[in-house]
Amino acid sequence: MIKSWFKSGSPWIWLNAAAVSICLIMVIGVLGLVAVRGVGHFWASPIVSMSYQEDDGQMKTIIGEHVDTTVTPAAMAKSTGYQLAYNEDVLIQYLIKTGNRDLTGSDFRWVQERHIKSTTTPEDMIVVERREWGNFYGQLTAVKENDKVVATGDKMWTALQERLHAVLELHDQITHLEKKELGAINYALEQLRLKQRGLELKHAWNAEIAKDFADKKAAYDVDYKRYQAQLAELHQQIRRDSLVATTESGAELVIPLAKIVEVTQPNKMGIFAKIGHYFKKLGEFLSEDPREANTEGGIFPAIFGTIMMVIMMSIIVTPFGVIAAVYLREYAKQGFTTRLIRIAVNNLAGVPSIVYGVFGLGFFVYILGGNIDKLFFPESAPAPVFGTPGLLWASITLALLTLPVVIVSTEEGLARVPKAIREGSLALGATKIETLWRTVLPMASPAMMTGLILAVARAAGEVAPLMLVGVVKLAPTLPLDGNYPFLHLDRKFMHLGFHIYDVGFQSPNVEAARPLVYATSLLLVLVIIGLNLAAILIRNHLREKYRALEG
Amino acid sequence: MSTPEPRSHSFDASSILRSTHKHDDPVEPCLKVENLNLFYGKKQALFGINMEMPKKKVTAFIGPSGCGKSTLLRCVNRMNDLVDNVTIEGKILLHDANIYDKSINVAALRRRVGMVFQKPNPFPKSIFENVTYGLRIQGINDKRILEETVETSLRGAALWDEVKDRLNDNALGLSGGQQQRLVIARAIAISPEVLLLDEPASALDPISTLKIEELINELKEKYTIVIVTHNMQQAARVSDYTAFMYMGELIEMGATSQLFTKPTKKQTEDYITGRYG
Repeated sequence: MIKSWFKSGSPWIWLNAAAVSICLIMVIGVLGLVAVRGVGHFWASPIVSMSYQEDDGQMKTIIGEHVDTTVTPAAMAKSTGYQLAYNEDVLIQYLIKTGNRDLTGSDFRWVQERHIKSTTTPEDMIVVERREWGNFYGQLTAVKENDKVVATGDKMWTALQERLHAVLELHDQITHLEKKELGAINYALEQLRLKQRGLELKHAWNAEIAKDFADKKAAYDVDYKRYQAQLAELHQQIRRDSLVATTESGAELVIPLAKIVEVTQPNKMGIFAKIGHYFKKLGEFLSEDPREANTEGGIFPAIFGTIMMVIMMSIIVTPFGVIAAVYLREYAKQGFTTRLIRIAVNNLAGVPSIVYGVFGLGFFVYILGGNIDKLFFPESAPAPVFGTPGLLWASITLALLTLPVVIVSTEEGLARVPKAIREGSLALGATKIETLWRTVLPMASPAMMTGLILAVARAAGEVAPLMLVGVVKLAPTLPLDGNYPFLHLDRKFMHLGFHIYDVGFQSPNVEAARPLVYATSLLLVLVIIGLNLAAILIRNHLREKYRALEG
Repeated sequence: MSTPEPRSHSFDASSILRSTHKHDDPVEPCLKVENLNLFYGKKQALFGINMEMPKKKVTAFIGPSGCGKSTLLRCVNRMNDLVDNVTIEGKILLHDANIYDKSINVAALRRRVGMVFQKPNPFPKSIFENVTYGLRIQGINDKRILEETVETSLRGAALWDEVKDRLNDNALGLSGGQQQRLVIARAIAISPEVLLLDEPASALDPISTLKIEELINELKEKYTIVIVTHNMQQAARVSDYTAFMYMGELIEMGATSQLFTKPTKKQTEDYITGRYG
């Protein structure tokens, strides 16, 4: 009976199905967890006000967002020092994000459920998202202009929003001036300085050039002074308004509007207002620079850096991999040496990625980059240009890391091109290289794309080697900007994978940053899926085009 | 199975060719094979082949599988160069020039000696691009010339009427017979002198086969054709001369009518009467 059941093969089918299901469940589980935790972060949760009595009998109030709940069995709770009544089986604790770090020293507080006497959600509770010190939770009491109260009571909310809107616009102008205009002038001045130094090193520096340079500098200085004056005025304007709010303990706090990103009253918001707010926050997360040691604000530079790096890597790895594969498959005499090379290539894929990082740092950055600096950028010395980790070296290191995948799949693709097609081309008087170029390589291009897809999937998620060859916690400028030559391969960049590590494990406020870690992880997965999908679409298109004599 | 005859008695086709046609119109040889030996590694596949293939006639190679007829055919445009470990001794003269001479440009040779294979092998490109492939290789990109060539070649291969409205469609969408005619059009587009056909109809249905055979009859007006075939009726239908090969040796060669009716060798007779092979 059992024997015939085994013979029928159905146990194996069940086993296979079970293995596939487990894989699927795990993948969906991971993505689901990341998605739920990460996506929920931008939802405006209600502000609760809790009154509770501590063990010593004191009554206290805290306000904030409910973040997490833990349930601890009584025995365990007692052993860690909690004093529970005999009839209590479990200790329930709430984690409340109370904000106001500048006043209380911490963002979060644990409250025991049995202590809570009452919970309310007062409508006038405000959340102030600040540029420094994290969120503020409290009640609005007044809006001030130059230390003079201009609005209280009912009118103060609309007055606050209007003024805040104006202040945010000013803030945008200031950022634009500082980053774009002043940044461009600084960049140009730096280029002038380097040019001057270069000419001096070549002993070509003379009075005529000096005068020319001085004129240019003077022109830039005039611009610079003008922008400085504008900036000073804007700073003057932006400092004018402030709001006054009280905390749960009744303390008053004056917050300048210049330091505020957003003020909301989540308890008053309807569902549509909350949805609108959600997408606004999501948009900010995707498009803005990080603040407060990366624990707040957006992650745009990290997204940008990741995609740039992957694209650069693809541009480098594809030609190298394809050329190597063509040589191995089409030109090299098959034998011991090619077998040895193939084994070496395959083993290269198994080398731990950090080893590539060390190699990249030692060889690319210090040796190659150092020599490039000596040869081409003597004027920058002692500051390194390419002799320091940067986008170019990171891309090349990852290209090296993913080279085996591209070689192997291109070779497979070349092997799959039917012999009949090659002979057909040769019989028409084409040489070997013409046959390769016109027929074989196009037909193998879907396989190359498959290799590239695998390479992208691997490279986009790689962090360890990048930490050595170019990724930083915070890059002041993007590797692509409006200053000539636009693409700055020597610059350091930010990366989603490293950002996750940095925010999750290196930040001063891990608890506050945790949702961001999930959100960033989700985004990294989405970016990789997106890059892969793009490559898969291209491959399918090519496949359709070169669907040769298969079958 | 009888053992092959000793090498010294190997058949000399050129003398037969001359003797057969001593009193008919003079035959001008286009290709001459002289003492050709071919080895795959250490294994010899062709033994001292000597023959002549007359100009603008159809020469058929027949013989059982593995007798070396395709190998011999592939020697004529040096397709065997692509095979690893192959050694070729002897000469093949195309208009008195040895194609195995060191000074010969193989690509240029293949432009003069076109080849069509057993399985249709169009490129995964449009019909137009397939036909113009050889011209583009030669650097001809003038649209007018290309279009003219496409039309004359496709007409030459009796395919024009079937595909003239869809020249930009993928060639892989054509039927097997159409693909094979496209491949022939592709080969004649570069105006070769010799056309080698390696069992061109063996993968096709009877109607397509018939079309290919008719086509061969038309093509011999312009080209010297050498065809390898399994099918003796086909050889009898399309060829002017037939060579029978067995175990890497040329057993007998002569005018098709003569070889099929009055073979001089017993092996030939056995084969064409179906006693083995």
